[in-house]
Parts: sequence; structure tokens; C-alpha cells
Amino acid sequence: MLRVFTAIPYVWLLVLFLVPFAIVAKISVSDYAISIPPYTPTLDFSEGWAGVNAFFAALDFENFTFLAEDELYWKAYLSSVQIAAIATFLTLSVGFPIAYGMARAPREWQPALLMLVILPFWTSFLIRVYAWIGILANEGFLNQFLMWLGVISEPLQILNTNWAVYIGIVYTYLPFMILPIYASLERMDPSLLEAAEDLGCSRTAAFWHVTWPLARPGVIAGCFLVFIPTVGEFVIPSLLGGSDTLMIGKVLWEEFFNNRDWPVASAVAIILLLILIIPIVLFQRHETKERERGA
Amino acid sequence: MVNEAAFHPWDDPDATPLIRIEGVTKTFGDFTAIDDVSLSIYGQEFFALLGPSGCGKTTLMRMLAGFETPSAGRITIDGTDMAGVPPNKRAVNMMFQSYALFPHLSVWDNIAFGLKRDGLDRDLVGARVDEMLKLTQLGKLARRKPHQLSGGQRQRVALARAMAKGPKLLLLDEPLGALDKKLRQETQFELMDIQEKTGTTFVIVTHDQEEAMTVASRVAVMDQGRFMQVDTPDRIYEAPNSVYVADFIGDVNLVPARVRQLRDAVMLDWAEGKRFFAKPVGDLTVGQEVTLAIRPEKIAISREVPEEPNRVKGKILDIGYLGNLSTYHVELPEGPVIKCEVGNRSRLSRRDFSWDDEVWLSWSDTAGLVLSS
Repeated sequence: MLRVFTAIPYVWLLVLFLVPFAIVAKISVSDYAISIPPYTPTLDFSEGWAGVNAFFAALDFENFTFLAEDELYWKAYLSSVQIAAIATFLTLSVGFPIAYGMARAPREWQPALLMLVILPFWTSFLIRVYAWIGILANEGFLNQFLMWLGVISEPLQILNTNWAVYIGIVYTYLPFMILPIYASLERMDPSLLEAAEDLGCSRTAAFWHVTWPLARPGVIAGCFLVFIPTVGEFVIPSLLGGSDTLMIGKVLWEEFFNNRDWPVASAVAIILLLILIIPIVLFQRHETKERERGA
Repeated sequence: MVNEAAFHPWDDPDATPLIRIEGVTKTFGDFTAIDDVSLSIYGQEFFALLGPSGCGKTTLMRMLAGFETPSAGRITIDGTDMAGVPPNKRAVNMMFQSYALFPHLSVWDNIAFGLKRDGLDRDLVGARVDEMLKLTQLGKLARRKPHQLSGGQRQRVALARAMAKGPKLLLLDEPLGALDKKLRQETQFELMDIQEKTGTTFVIVTHDQEEAMTVASRVAVMDQGRFMQVDTPDRIYEAPNSVYVADFIGDVNLVPARVRQLRDAVMLDWAEGKRFFAKPVGDLTVGQEVTLAIRPEKIAISREVPEEPNRVKGKILDIGYLGNLSTYHVELPEGPVIKCEVGNRSRLSRRDFSWDDEVWLSWSDTAGLVLSS
């Protein structure tokens, strides 16, 4: 009976991750065709063993060669990683002070503050990103407010630029940055800072010698949790970004839905996965190390 | 502890104290944590601030460390007014109750932390850390992280770290509170040893009166932000100046009475037609309401009528067997229950007294103290 239960996660991963991945991988080595489904070859069992052989013979890595040769894709990958890195850094700069403030807040406020951080998840992600269009547009709330203040005389072009993408990403992924940092700061004994001061540190030195090293596991976890999904982000760049915002998620979507080139889209997805495996493995190693340290 | 016979700077009018606390008050909102206290602590003293939680002892210590500023009054250390001097600029180090060891640093780096902040030369830091490791017998654990240490080892790291910079004054906030009883007793003697070896002035905060009595050269008994008595441990125990101090330190029998006659010894009425004789403390007047305090170990228990001037007959209510001692609770017909402590010199099977036995309790006329407050 117990075995059945321990098998559930493996079955889950097999059916919902490994099998779909195999299908995508298979499509990525197929060729584009005007048919249903829009690629060739398809497995034809009616011809028996010969059919299977013919199927495998028709598979090739043409799509990957194509991706390597067309600089659009290279640039899209590179630009995605760059945007994700900048956005992660911005999220950290906004998230760290918030997490720090939360951890320093009176004990009885902390559950309420945590609730406020998680609260946005109660609204659909898509609706929240759409809401930013209303804020950032030329006639949006932000521009109207700034013009009312008299800070600017003409609306700022924020929407459809990379800035809007950064704002969207920081806003959306902020909780993933705040929560791990808060968790590591909240565990910290406040008398450690007094001890540091007692031993000759100024307040600033105490922060760099004590608070920062103790927050680092949370910071690293938060950065991975923001960076990894941001690289493949599609909704935010396509709704808030402009035509020159180049992100691989958007390229993938266009390849799939506009060009209906499933094989190339699948190849794009496979390479994205391979790129992301590096930070994911690093993240896993970091988490394991942290768990061993804590044990 | 420094040799008792020679080390009594508080009795020497020419001695200059290391720390002067002058009329210091500390309030938090409308709560007065420290209420106009004055105190001098001398170099090389092992001074204990003793009191129940909330008595202000920790607040006073934190003011010495610089984490709190007095609302009124003045603190000087080695002649320098400490007003406005932040903790990192004081030649004072503190050993925290939680130890506050940096969890991301090894034992070695924890001890070196303060030395490195002073920008000391690497060789000097190394030499000093090794010296501290040797002093606290932590040599083999230098590479460990705090979470790999036992409670007693952590306590030593905390001590080594606080001692590393060679402070003029070392503050210890309940340093042994987290240790079990046996380890605590051993560590008390280690602390005294280290204090003696280094000649550093120690101020310890504790709520454990045994600990204070064991380690300290002088003890300040605190209650509600005031000093009830500041004296050597033996004086605190043998000559408490108030019911509060007598009751806080050790076990004591307190019997309300009225002064009847004042001669060499005071004669007290404590019940209709019943009298005790005792040594007076302070000025007394005939007819004054007082409290007679007698330590349980100063009372003898017997079946035969004793010779002593103070003797009462009662019935054994309870017997507490502590191994080395037995405590008898004897109820007197007049009402009070008197505790009496007797060393168990012979085996338990040969004990003379049992529950409900009628016994005599007696003590000399110098055993009891008359307390007027």
C-alpha cells in the first residue's frame, strides 16, 4: 500500500513532465509540413517495422542548426537572460528592504505583513499585468498623476518599453524574492547585531558583517526563484513590452501561433530548457547545502 | 576570586572605583526600570547584580554596555563620562545571555571578530585568538561552527570572544542560565579562575542567588529598580538588612514579633506569653513591630528539652529528604510553621524523627536577626 503512495510522485512526473517533454523533443527533430498535425513524419504503425524505421530515418537536427544560424534566436536568448538578470537585480533591490523591514517589525504585525505580500496572488496574474497597462499607458494613472503634480509636462513613454517589462517583472515576482529573504532574516537573533556593535562594529559594519552573510541563503534562493521563470516569461513582455523587447518566450509564442512552425518552436523550447538547467541545478545544489547546514 | 582577606577596596576610602554610577534613573514610558541608583565598582572586582526578573538588573548592565542611555544621572568608567559613547567605542565587552555567537563564523572567527574590527595585524589577531582558545580550553574546536558545539562549549566561545579584546570591564548577562546544574557549578569555578587569571573586572547579572554568592566578591540585591543591599556574599547571607534580602537569599524562617526589651539581646514577643531572643539590626524601639529571621540550618531539632534560650515545641508536619540534608517542617501550636535543616550524618534508616512526632526546636540568641523593614 505504501509503495503505491510513494509511486504517485514518480507517476505524476512521468505522465505530466517526462512524456510531454518526449513529445516536444520529438517534434523538435521533425520537419514543418502543411498538414494536421503540422509536422512530419508521424508514426505509422500500419506499415509495421518498416514504418517505425522510416519514421526514425526522417528525424534530424535541422531545426537546431537553423536556430544556431539565425541570429534572431541567439539574440533573443541572450536578451532574455540579460533582461532576467537586470529584473532579478531590481527585484532584489526592492525586495530586500521590504523583507528587512518585515523581519524588524513588531512580532504581532508580522503575520499581517506576510499576508499583504501574498495577497496579490488572490487576483489572476493576467489581470494584474493588464492593470499595469492602465497605470503605465500614456494616458494612464501614473502619467496623469505626474502631470497633475507638475513634474512633467508631456506624458512619459513607459508602456511598450523595457522599463515597463522591468516594472511588471519586479511587481509580479516580488513575493518570491521577499519570502525567502524574510525567512532567513526572521530567524536571526537580534542580539547578534548588539554583539557585533559591542565588539567594535558601527551599525553599517554590523550589517555587512552579520546581517548580510546571514541573509545570503535567502537572497540566493530569491534570485533563483525570480531569475529562472523570468528568462522564459511571455505574458509580461508581450503585454507591457514594445516591439523591440526581445524575449525568447515571445519568440516561442510567435513561432508556435503566428508561424505555426511547431518543430522550430519545440526546438526553441528545448534549448530554453537546456539553458535553464544550469541555474536550476545550481539552485538545487544550494538548497541541499543549506539543508545540510541547518541539520 | 581574589584573596578575600586582602581584597576589600570598597572599605578603603582612598581606592578609586573603576565604575561610578551616580544617581542613575532609567524610564521606559511611564515605567521606571532603574530608580535613582548609585554604586561604585572597583577594578578586579567580580560584582554580581542579583534580583528577580524585571528588577532592572539587565537594564543597568545594558547601560554599562551602552545599549541604553540613562534618563538621568551619570556613569563613568575609568574616569570618563560614558554619556553619548556608543557601545563600539567603549572598552567594555559583553557576554550575551543567548551567547549571540555568529552562526556563519567558526569558533576561531567568532573570537577574532572584535580584534579584526580593530584593524589589528593578522599575526597579532592569531596570537590573541590562540591565547583565548587556550584560556577557555577550546583549542580542538577552533574550526567548528557554533551549531556543532554543545551548550557548555558555546558558553566558552562566548566568553572567549568577549575577553579577546582585553576589555576593562566584562559584562556577563546570565552567563550560565542555559547550562544544566552540574555543568553550571563547574563553570562557576572556571569563571572565577579566568577572572582571577586575567584580572579583568567582571559584572555578572543573575537571578540565581547561589551563583551570585559563589562567584562574586560583592553582590547587589535588586528589587524594582533599586538596590536593596550591596555587600559581600557572607554579609548578605548572615546580615541581611531587610526582610526582602533575607527572604531572597537562601531559605529563611520569618516570624512577625514585637520588641519587648532591648538589652545585649533583644527580647521579642511573638505570641501570647511567648518570647524569643535575638541579635538586633539597626535602631529598634520598645513596642516596634519587627520580623525575626532565622536560617533553617541554624535551628536544632531534638526530642529532649534543649538548653538554648530560644526553644519551641511543635509537631513534624513534613520531612523533605535531599540526600545530604533533611528539611523538617514543624508546626507550632501558636500557628507558625518553622523550617529546620539537619545534615544527614547517619543513614536514613537510623533517623530519629518521623511524621507527627512531637519535637523541640532550638537556636542560640545570636542565630536570629531582628529586621525592622
